[in-house]
Amino acid sequence: MAMPAAEIEALIRAALPDADVVIEDLAGDGDHYRARVTSASFAGRSRVQQHKLVYDALGGRMGGELHALQVLTAIPN
Amino acid sequence: MSDVNARLSQLVSENEVVLFMKGTPLFPQCGFSSRAIAILDHCGVAYESVDVLQDMEIRQGIKSFSDWPTIPQLYVKGEFVGGSDIMMEMYEAGELQQMLAEKQVARAE
Repeated sequence: MAMPAAEIEALIRAALPDADVVIEDLAGDGDHYRARVTSASFAGRSRVQQHKLVYDALGGRMGGELHALQVLTAIPN
Repeated sequence: MSDVNARLSQLVSENEVVLFMKGTPLFPQCGFSSRAIAILDHCGVAYESVDVLQDMEIRQGIKSFSDWPTIPQLYVKGEFVGGSDIMMEMYEAGELQQMLAEKQVARAE
């Protein structure tokens, strides 16, 4: 069973306390989510580095338990 | 260097654009891989694809090789660009097209 959205959000917030995190359930099946993460800590980082910060927050679950999580990162303007 | 890393280094250096994906461009086996293919087709560049489902060693090896946990993975001129999400973000911002043009990547026939 995939992770509930609230748990995904909590993990990201724990690692990126300033982040605005919006989790969308794309398919209504509790397995296909999109996480929109906006954080000042992304400033000056490449897209790959920004996404890696989110992946690290998820503690290695990306590609395994969370195989269908879309991640979108943004810097607050 | 382990055998798989040598194989991967060769794949990413011998091909200007290479997409490690699940399935093939004609028969992608996962939504993210098919989205990556659609983006590359829209960019109109020639690219090579590697079906990681046919080779478990490549499927696991590419994740540590790139230090990236998911498939698909795009390499351009030997450099890791990102997965399907980053390709989409870059494409929507016009950055992917610009990068491919700057690196003078061959167009698709």
